[in-house]
Amino acid sequence: MQVGRFVHDRLLPIGTILLVIVLAWYVAAYAMNAPFQRDTDRRAGVTPTSSEFLVKTMSQPKPTMPAPHQVVENLWKNTLTVKPWSKRSLVYHAWITLSATLSGFAMGTALGVLIAIGIVHIPALDRSFLPWIIASQTIPILAIAPMIIVLLSAIGITGLLPKALISTYLSFFPVAVGMVKGLRSPDVLHLDLMRTYSANKVQTLWKLRIPASVPFFFTSMKVAIAASLIGAIVGELPTGAVAGIGSKLLAGSYYSQTIDIFAALIAGSIVAILLVTLVDLAGRFVNARMGARQP
Amino acid sequence: MSAIRPNWQALAALVATLYALTALPFTATMGPALSLAVAALLAAGAILSMLRAARPIETTILAIASFGAAAMLLAGLTGAFGTANAGYFASLAAAWLLGWRLVTVLSGDGSHGDKGSSLVAIAVPALFGIWVLILWECIVRGAGVPFVLLPPPSAIGLRIAGSLPILAADFRQTVLKAVLFGYVVGSLAGFLVAILADRFRFLANGLLPIGNMVSALPMIGIAPIMVIWFGFDWQSKAAVVVVMTFFPMLVNTLAGLAASGDMERDLMRTYGAGHWQVLVKLRLQAAMPFIFNALKINSTLALIGAIVAEFFGTPIVGMGFRISTEVGRMNLDMVWAEIALAAIVGSLFYGGLALLERAVTFWHPSYRR
Repeated sequence: MQVGRFVHDRLLPIGTILLVIVLAWYVAAYAMNAPFQRDTDRRAGVTPTSSEFLVKTMSQPKPTMPAPHQVVENLWKNTLTVKPWSKRSLVYHAWITLSATLSGFAMGTALGVLIAIGIVHIPALDRSFLPWIIASQTIPILAIAPMIIVLLSAIGITGLLPKALISTYLSFFPVAVGMVKGLRSPDVLHLDLMRTYSANKVQTLWKLRIPASVPFFFTSMKVAIAASLIGAIVGELPTGAVAGIGSKLLAGSYYSQTIDIFAALIAGSIVAILLVTLVDLAGRFVNARMGARQP
Repeated sequence: MSAIRPNWQALAALVATLYALTALPFTATMGPALSLAVAALLAAGAILSMLRAARPIETTILAIASFGAAAMLLAGLTGAFGTANAGYFASLAAAWLLGWRLVTVLSGDGSHGDKGSSLVAIAVPALFGIWVLILWECIVRGAGVPFVLLPPPSAIGLRIAGSLPILAADFRQTVLKAVLFGYVVGSLAGFLVAILADRFRFLANGLLPIGNMVSALPMIGIAPIMVIWFGFDWQSKAAVVVVMTFFPMLVNTLAGLAASGDMERDLMRTYGAGHWQVLVKLRLQAAMPFIFNALKINSTLALIGAIVAEFFGTPIVGMGFRISTEVGRMNLDMVWAEIALAAIVGSLFYGGLALLERAVTFWHPSYRR
């Protein structure tokens, strides 16, 4: 029964939509590559049959819109047929981006939690700092990414750290805001109970506020890790194409290598899905073990 | 009950002031008299604020001492770039501590029922912002941080005032063309697809998980593709914005359409209302908070999308273009000017949406007093 509902409510609709997307992608590839192909054929003086023409639109070296199988082929070639540490491998580039993402995410989460604890305990910080944190959510923070990169490289800091800092910057906001909400989520009743136990602030924090904030923590971490990945990718743009998913995008855009761009995009998406899924699974596991309510 | 109420901010300020007295004068152009006046003002402010006075008097004393000292310290920097000594920074720290004390006194004990709290709710963050600017200005100019690393706020302000035409042109290119068009088209498309998907349960079941997944993806990466497809001008940026704003709107509208209660829906059925009547009269109303949530998320995403897409290629105008080229030329004051512009546009956009939301969803419990 459960399986039947899963197939009917999830697998079937999602599968259908994905199938439609792939079909639409093929149609778009044909439609968008056809003008260029017609032009090439006319110059070469060949008149292909319509099936030959269809195949040709799907196998251009620099198509306007690469067909799905071309992208998959490129992904396959650049991940499984080359050594993972060679510069041609997407695994290598994904790893560069992933390492910046993870270190930035770790720093951002730690910073966000610390700020949230400060805000919950110091009223002056709550009144003066929290409005700025919330207001800064409305600002396109990513705009300062190039400046951070160039500045840090001017004072001799290059490589992983500048990108990680951008990720930190992007990921600490969701964590800070979510954790403030989470640390304030215990009922007044529970806080009063802690007071009757004559618990001090540290004990209340450890034994009540932090356990109560765990579901909020994982929810905001899911947002934060997606944001850190975006930060790391954008952080790779201004350094010029050195390494990483962002540099693959930039290199692809310089040389109009649409297949490479799509492959890099899909590699980035796979990394994003893996990261969010991991955080989600960890959250489910921890929440279940702690008997927490989902927010 | 003693007449003195010690607190650590004022005590620390006093210690810092006493230390500052050992290093007069503070900067190359700041005479001993002015330096001494700063120290005296700070010491007086620290001691007087610890007396058990009424709150208005205490806040006045703190405001005069901290901002008076800060103004004198700022004045002492003219023609003295990078000559500030330890005494200067000690008195700056003392002034900042008194400013912090002021914020603490204004915030009260954290209870939200204070009188005049709406004024305090604006004044406290404003004080915080002003102090960030003062510290930035004094530290950068006092310690002589190179201009190419971090320009002081005054230089950024001058640059904004001096290059209004450039900023206006960038604003027109990035915001009025790319962001606005992409935002409207993307949000509208997401909304319409959600209405359509809502009609057919199968479609909604398939689109919701996919939309949720897509909103976690680095969609910004489609920027180079759009630049190849639509050229360097604003159309490619608008296309990026359309794609980035589509999915949040789709997911939120779908969630919002499911938000109306069973009771209300049953009531509509007893009235004999058809699908579209229920949609317009009940479910869209109930979905409004979700739709506005998506509109707010999209306002930030749209600006980010347009600015980052310009890093991949533009005509020679636009906010993202200006940021990436001026960073390369080390004109950091121009970069900061663009960032300030982006921040203002972002907050105004968001604030406007918040006001509109208030007008449309006035019935929502979160606005009840």
